[in-house]
Amino acid sequence: MVVLSHGFGCDQNMWRHIVPELSRTNRIVLFDHVGSGRSDPAAWDESRYASLDGYADDVLQLLDGLNLQAVTFVGHSVSAMIGVLAANRNPSLFSALVLVTPSPCYLDNGMYHGGFTRDDIDELLASLDSNYLGWSATMAPVIMGNADRPELGDELTNSFCRTDPAMAAIFARATFLSDNRADLAEVSVPTLILQCTHDAIAPPEVGAYVHERIRDSQLVTLPATGHCPQLSAPEATASAIGRFLARST
Amino acid sequence: MNSKPVRMNSKPVRQQTADTPFAAILEDNIDDLYDNAPCGNLSTLLDGTVAKINATLLQWLGYTRDEVVGIRRFADLLTVGGKLYHETHYAPLLALQGEIAGIALELRAKDGSRLPVLVSSTVKTGGDGEPQLIRTVVFDARDRRAYELELLRARQAAEQDRERLQNLVSALQASLLPHSLPTPPAMTTAAHYHMASPDQVGGDFYDLYPLDGDRWGFFLGDVCGKGVEAAAVTALARYTLRAASVYDADPVAVISNLNTVLYQEYRTSGHRYCTVVFGVLSSPAADGTRTAHIAGGGHPAALLTRSDGGTSYQDTTTGPIVGILPAAAFTATSLTLHPGDTLLLYSDGIIEARSGGPETMFGQDALREAVSTAATANAPGVIAALISVLADLGDSVDDDVALMALGVSGVQQP
Repeated sequence: MVVLSHGFGCDQNMWRHIVPELSRTNRIVLFDHVGSGRSDPAAWDESRYASLDGYADDVLQLLDGLNLQAVTFVGHSVSAMIGVLAANRNPSLFSALVLVTPSPCYLDNGMYHGGFTRDDIDELLASLDSNYLGWSATMAPVIMGNADRPELGDELTNSFCRTDPAMAAIFARATFLSDNRADLAEVSVPTLILQCTHDAIAPPEVGAYVHERIRDSQLVTLPATGHCPQLSAPEATASAIGRFLARST
Repeated sequence: MNSKPVRMNSKPVRQQTADTPFAAILEDNIDDLYDNAPCGNLSTLLDGTVAKINATLLQWLGYTRDEVVGIRRFADLLTVGGKLYHETHYAPLLALQGEIAGIALELRAKDGSRLPVLVSSTVKTGGDGEPQLIRTVVFDARDRRAYELELLRARQAAEQDRERLQNLVSALQASLLPHSLPTPPAMTTAAHYHMASPDQVGGDFYDLYPLDGDRWGFFLGDVCGKGVEAAAVTALARYTLRAASVYDADPVAVISNLNTVLYQEYRTSGHRYCTVVFGVLSSPAADGTRTAHIAGGGHPAALLTRSDGGTSYQDTTTGPIVGILPAAAFTATSLTLHPGDTLLLYSDGIIEARSGGPETMFGQDALREAVSTAATANAPGVIAALISVLADLGDSVDDDVALMALGVSGVQQP
């Protein structure tokens, strides 16, 4: 059983290029985090989703609700840390973790180089503010509340990754201002770390840091650039996950 | 061939002969159009490495061609925040859709200065459908961004104004209601006011106050309409009822007095009529029983829950709507409230809620059902049950709702 968890900025569409390959040998669970994609806007709670713990709680609720066990949790970007938090809270549900371009801390902190400063994150928030990306206040309830009728949203420009900008800003803060470095040492399940050769958000040193802190982990560097290898190099990403699954389950 | 850019404002436009426009078009060759277009043109490899860039964009950035081509990625030309946005939104969407348009980003020039731009990209595919490269156009958006900042400021100002208005409305609404409802000896009391809109003060009102000895005056009413003018009439109605009952607490006298006062304003633009139930609770008898002497004008019937559980509407509408007839005739009625009985006064907002779509109202039967099945039959219990009914009705309650319950507990409270 493989649960695919998208990161900040998009929704479960992020996985569409590798789902066909992975689903040949595995059952797949796809979902949108609350506040992203076609999640129910009524489920949004500003304080719950202001920290990654709220998202990790949701993952555990999801596993519980679907009665899933022995799960391989594949988390991209911030969802890698969401998976770490969930697996640390209830390791018995997880058989393995796959962390795709993870970073336990995006901000520079003493000797640790996350790559960003507080000002950089504020700049990102300003970018979010000036780009509603196809979101409009009048259409949002229609789009987000009708998972079974996606055609309702088709008249908007971007059909993927629509997000209410107010929710996106809170997810962005939860993502880029969190520091989960201490949680890495607690991970007790076999873990695969996937990183790219060039990634402006999670550079190779950060991937190496994660590898060093998680005891039972292996690090694979994909011949890919950018932060989303499942889009830029889907075959390599799917086969690295497939090899890991074949060995760990 | 002239390779210098043609600048619109550099020379006055000359009178042209018939063949000069054609000559000028011939002169505008494709290479020159690419290089000196009034927008930045950029082609990158799939990993973002710049493969081709035009003179316009290089000039905006302050870089030479050699400093960019084959060395920098498109994201490297952005501010750090823009780069984060590019990696988390722009690049994934471009990969998923094959195109993306009109995204606001900021370029970071060689000298550190920033240039707001609007960016669009398409993925160029080869004959086999495989992506080959990314074509990007970049528009100078300084004016556009300044305009958007104005819009943003206007929106923030509007939000602040709305917040001030809502504070004002809730303060005004609160001033029309008692700060807290008193509890006469051996009684339970509770009230609730539901505002249909935070932007508009409603016209419902209620009160419960001591008269003399252990007699108490109470009323609940509804001025027609909403807004400041209705609120002014609501204040007038509330103080008229209270003042009149001090001189003569006879319900017919009190409600007739209100009718006269409201009718005097009949020909003015601020005229409003109202519906109201006014009553006086007698001092309790030895067994705790109280009598309510009531007069009502045009207001929905009060609902009485007996200690044995029976719940029924009482004939408390003893006259016409208050303020529309010069000499309205009101009569009085009496209800005996035994220990364990609870009297509910309410405004029509709750029974007229469109609970079953636009055609179906919540209605008096559903209200009686909700009250008779309340977990606790005393005043706080009845109001709590109705607060949860209002929550379930949600947006279908499109008018304000006032609720007041008076229960005789029969046990002398310390």
